[in-house]
Amino acid sequence: MKVSLFLTCIGEVFYPNVGKDVVKVLERLGCEVDFPEGQTCCGQPAYNSGYRKDAIKGAKQMINAFAGAAYVVAPSGSCVAMVHEYPALLQDDAYWLDKARELSNKTYEFTQFLVDVLQVTDVGAVYPAKATYHSSCHMNRLLGVKEAPKQLLQHVEGLELEPLSNGYDCCGFGGTFAVKMSAISEQMVDEKVRHIEETNADTLIGADCSCLMNIKGRLERLDKPIEVKHIAEVLNHHK
Amino acid sequence: MSIKIDDKNFYDHVDQELKDTFMRNAISNAQDNLRGKKIAATTEDEPFGNWEEWRNAGEEIRRHTLENLDYYLQQLSENIAERGGHVFFAATAEEANQYIKEVVEQKNARNVVKTKSMVTEEISLNEMLEDMGCDILETDLGEYILQIDDDRPSHFVAPSLHKNKEQIRDTYREKIAYDGTEKPEELTVYTRKVLREKFLQADVGITGCNFAVADSGTVTLVTNEGNANMVTTLPDTQISVMGMERVVPSWEDLDVLVSLLCRSAVGQHLSTYVTAVSPDVESDTVDAPSDFHLVILDGGRSRALGTEFQEALHCIRCAACVNVCPVYRHIGGHAYGSIYQGPIGAVLSPILAGYEEYQELPFASSLCGACTEACPVKIPLHELLIRHRERIVAGEGKTKASEKLMMKGFGNMTSSASVFQTAVKAAPTLTRPFAKDGSISKGPGPLKAWTNKRDFPAPSKDNFRQWFADHKRGGDINE
Repeated sequence: MKVSLFLTCIGEVFYPNVGKDVVKVLERLGCEVDFPEGQTCCGQPAYNSGYRKDAIKGAKQMINAFAGAAYVVAPSGSCVAMVHEYPALLQDDAYWLDKARELSNKTYEFTQFLVDVLQVTDVGAVYPAKATYHSSCHMNRLLGVKEAPKQLLQHVEGLELEPLSNGYDCCGFGGTFAVKMSAISEQMVDEKVRHIEETNADTLIGADCSCLMNIKGRLERLDKPIEVKHIAEVLNHHK
Repeated sequence: MSIKIDDKNFYDHVDQELKDTFMRNAISNAQDNLRGKKIAATTEDEPFGNWEEWRNAGEEIRRHTLENLDYYLQQLSENIAERGGHVFFAATAEEANQYIKEVVEQKNARNVVKTKSMVTEEISLNEMLEDMGCDILETDLGEYILQIDDDRPSHFVAPSLHKNKEQIRDTYREKIAYDGTEKPEELTVYTRKVLREKFLQADVGITGCNFAVADSGTVTLVTNEGNANMVTTLPDTQISVMGMERVVPSWEDLDVLVSLLCRSAVGQHLSTYVTAVSPDVESDTVDAPSDFHLVILDGGRSRALGTEFQEALHCIRCAACVNVCPVYRHIGGHAYGSIYQGPIGAVLSPILAGYEEYQELPFASSLCGACTEACPVKIPLHELLIRHRERIVAGEGKTKASEKLMMKGFGNMTSSASVFQTAVKAAPTLTRPFAKDGSISKGPGPLKAWTNKRDFPAPSKDNFRQWFADHKRGGDINE
């Protein structure tokens, strides 16, 4: 099966290792992975801040970049949810609307692709740790991917998964929200950190680099010795 | 007269409220509690059936009603008039108050009793009646506490959620010569005694309206204390005030919406009372008011009709969105500076009172979507917040020129793979002076607000595209 990786801008700039892990997991599962060079960013920062026209520029670039792809897979529920927003974003333009729908229909979040398309829940990973999982809001609510990451983690050998209290609450990232409403965001991430600590986990796992960037940034500032891992890093860990 | 609760700006409110540890604990406990009760009421009641199907039905009823609002408002007003009631359509808060003032003057009324009502908060009715020299009494326990403490509601359903029993005892001692303890039972018995005397003296009763049933000409009130029944039965004159969107076509529709409202608000299958009041002037019934007035307020609502914000008018004021909002959880209701709080407040307040007053509210959300998920009539709240942001940056509010420039630059970067790649490659070099051990703890420019609270990762020196090209040329997949 041919799969095109959409690494996301945050992935490219900050977390190339997550991209590598995604590639390796997909290849181990028999996929042929390519990386369309024209890809940039899904445009969500502009869209969510109210800059619709600027978001449309990025959307068109992405539609063209992935025009030849069979499946598009990204290690971020939030960016995939944004791609799924393209048909609404381009609804007034019949030419782009069709292309937007096509891209939207073939774009999957990484764990969603593994479980729903490849029908795999055990990737043969081994990761000895006591961990807790943070479910990102956009992945969970906008994209509706709730169970896939948990199903995959349940099959990881050596991984002990603790439930996270108030896991439904946002970590306070929200893109520009974390900067524009910094004081509120700080309280939100602090509450998230308290709940993570209550689990006594040594590792926090998530499926969205941006939320993890926020939580990890706060954990580091507070000197909390908790490892933060993207789920692709855990799933690519094997004997 | 407006929905504004005071003159402070949003950021000052937030600073103040974040320091109020008591309020924040009270709200987070209440949220956790209400969320649990709601989930139980919507998933564990088997005869009720599928919650999502009820939500779909609720959404459909609200959409149909708002798309045919003129028809149902006319039907409602004709049915009320036919039964001897009076209907007044008020375009503004001032017009609504003027009409109510005339009714009260005609009756030479001094003593007015009221039920809890958001729309009368919205038009600042109490202030107007006080200015007329009336003795106006809030009869909902939470509202009564706020009234004697000269405070404003912080939650749609539990207006004095931000106060604890000790604070209430102190207020009672200071303001109404109470000498009892902070025991809720004792405070309630005392309040009941005060209220009962006032009910018997009242000349006019004023209520809000949860829903008005168009095909029968009936105002309905959903309450738990029963005081609304005193307000609607004891005084001969009754005035009900409703926002123009609070109409439902029929009793069957009311059944759906009340079922959604009670479960979403407090996790009840049904509230203690659902009071239905129709004027019945001629048949001389014992408990119907002999003089009935319904004031239907536009108050800026029509500005949303036919726009992308029309769905905001589907709101049934259950506060489900407030009860799950992580922003409300930390800043409380007063921080919104509006009588409408939480996500729906952030959507409604700019519609009703303009961006000049409320342009920060649409940005006071991480767009986590918890509100949209919770809404029993499926209002896409987080999307409506984005629509507000679009209008604000398009010029209906004030946006910093630097931000506009930055977003334009962002748009240009995302629409060109080469510009994007240049930026990705330049990022580690540009941020090198600020980075230490792979992270940035004191960032420049826009990074500053982030790094005030959290570390920021240093951009990786590793280029993924380069790695991928090497990998494809024969790198071991297990490298």
